[in-house]
Amino acid sequence: MTTKLLAGQDVEVDAEGFLVDPSQWNEEVARAMAKEEGIDTLTDKHMQVINFMRSEYMAKGTAPNIRSLGKTSGVSVKELYQLFPKGPAKLAAKLGGISKPHGCI
Amino acid sequence: MNRLLILGGGTAGTIAANRLRKRLDPGLWSITVVDQNDRHLYQPGQLFIPFGIYHARDIVKPRRQFIPDGVEFVIGEIDQVLADEGKCLLTDGRELPYDYLIIATGTSPRPDQTPGMEGTEWRKSVHEFYTFEGAIALEDKLAQWDGGRLAIHVVDMPIKCPVAPLEFTFLADAFFADRGMRDRVEMVYVTPLDGVFTKPVASKYLGAIMEERKVSVENDFAVEQIDPVSKKLISYDEREVDFDLLITIPLNMGADYIERSGLGDDLNYVPVDKRTLQSKAHDNIFAIGDASDIPTSKAGSVAHFSLELFEDNFVNHIHGRPMSREFDGHANCFIESGHGKGLLIDFNYDTEPLAGKYPLPGIGPFNLLRESEANHWGKMMFRWVYWNLLLPGNEMPLEPLMSMAGKELEDLQ
Repeated sequence: MTTKLLAGQDVEVDAEGFLVDPSQWNEEVARAMAKEEGIDTLTDKHMQVINFMRSEYMAKGTAPNIRSLGKTSGVSVKELYQLFPKGPAKLAAKLGGISKPHGCI
Repeated sequence: MNRLLILGGGTAGTIAANRLRKRLDPGLWSITVVDQNDRHLYQPGQLFIPFGIYHARDIVKPRRQFIPDGVEFVIGEIDQVLADEGKCLLTDGRELPYDYLIIATGTSPRPDQTPGMEGTEWRKSVHEFYTFEGAIALEDKLAQWDGGRLAIHVVDMPIKCPVAPLEFTFLADAFFADRGMRDRVEMVYVTPLDGVFTKPVASKYLGAIMEERKVSVENDFAVEQIDPVSKKLISYDEREVDFDLLITIPLNMGADYIERSGLGDDLNYVPVDKRTLQSKAHDNIFAIGDASDIPTSKAGSVAHFSLELFEDNFVNHIHGRPMSREFDGHANCFIESGHGKGLLIDFNYDTEPLAGKYPLPGIGPFNLLRESEANHWGKMMFRWVYWNLLLPGNEMPLEPLMSMAGKELEDLQ
C-alpha cells in the first residue's frame, strides 16, 4: 500500500493502483486516474458508468461484472469496451475508486 | 410431519439426502428429491470421454441407486418455487409443498448466450465437453480430425470445474503427441482472464506448463460472437481468433426456474451466506453445490466439504440453535496434465492455491501445483471414491476445512 498524489490530494492505493478507501474518491481524482490510463477526458457516458459502479458497490459490497454491467448500467457491453478499453469492469472500478472486482476461482 | 424438499439429485443433492436422512427422525421428517431424469453423471469423467480414456458406460448410473431408503425420488421438471407459499410447482402441474427447501440444481453450459455458437458449425467444428452429448460428439470428432488450428476457449467465469479447460488443453497436447500429429496442430488457449487461471500463484505454475507444451495464450478476451462461416471468435474490443476446431466452454448459468422464482442473481445463482449456505432472502431456503453464489470454485469437492459442515448447521437450525460450523470455501481439484501425470490444488475463500504437499505436510502423497504420477492416480481412483464413498455420504479421511500445513508461502512474497 502506498500514498499517491492525485489531483492535489493524497490517496492510498494498492499495488495495482486501486484506491484502498472509496471515500477518498472524487471526480477530480477520477479524472487524474483516467489520464494515467490513457483516457484524456471523462465524458458524461464515462461518469454514468462510474457512478453506477459506485452505487452498486455501496449497496451490495461488490462491484458488478461486465455482463451485469451491460444489462443494468444502460450502456451496452460493446460501448463499455469503447469507453474503458481492455477490461471495462476492472477499469471502471478503478476510476470509480472502489476495489478490484474479485475473480472467482 | 416436517417436509424437506431437495431440488436436484446431482452430487450435492444426493450427498445431502444421504447425510440428512441419517440425521433426521423418519417419524418426524419426510425428505423428497426432485430431478428431471434418472441419469446421474460422474461429471469429472466427461473430460476423459473425448480422448477415448473413459466411455459412456463408465460415467453414467441411475440416480435412484444413490438415493437412500426413506427418501422419495420424484422425476419432474421444475417450473417455479413459490417461496412465500412454501411450495414448488412442476411443469406437469404437480405441487410439492415444503417446510425447508434445499436448492441443488447446479449450473449448466448455455451455448444460446453467445451469438453464433449454436450456428451452422455446432458439433461440426464448434464443440464442447461440458455436456454428456457434447463429450461423446467430440470423441467422434477428435478420432477423425487430421490437424489444424485448435482453439480452446472460455466464454466467461465462473464455470463449473474451472481447471477443466486447462486439463483438456494438456490432455489434447498429449493425445496429438501420442498419435504422432502434434506438429500438425497449432494450439491456442483463449480466456477472459488476465492469466491462464484466476489466481496469481497457480496462474504462474500453470502458465509455465502451457508454454512448455507450446500452447499460445490469448488473454482478456471477452467474446462477443462466433462467426461460423469464417470460423472466428470475435471479441467486444474487435480482436479475432481463427480456428479450424473450437472447443468452447459456454457461459455457465444456474437453472432458469431460479430466475422465474425471483431467487437468483444475474447468472441465476442463489445469493447465500457464504459460511452457512442459507439464502439471504429466505430463512428456510438453502443453496448447496454449484447452485449458490459463494465465491469459490464450482466443484464437487466444494459440495463435499461444505456438506460435512452443513448437515450439523441444518440440524441446529431446525432446532432453533445457531449455525455454528462455518464453511471456509475449501476446494481441492486434481489437474490432469497428460502423459500419466497430474497436479493438485487446495485452497479456500482467503488462501489462493499454493505449492506444497497434501494432505500430509512434507509427505503428501499428493503434490500441490507440481506434476506427479501420484496426482494422476489420485484422479483416476477418484471415480471409485465418488460412487462408493462420496455420494453415499460416508466419512472420508480429509478435513472439511482447509489447512495451511504443507503449503509453501514463498510464492506469495
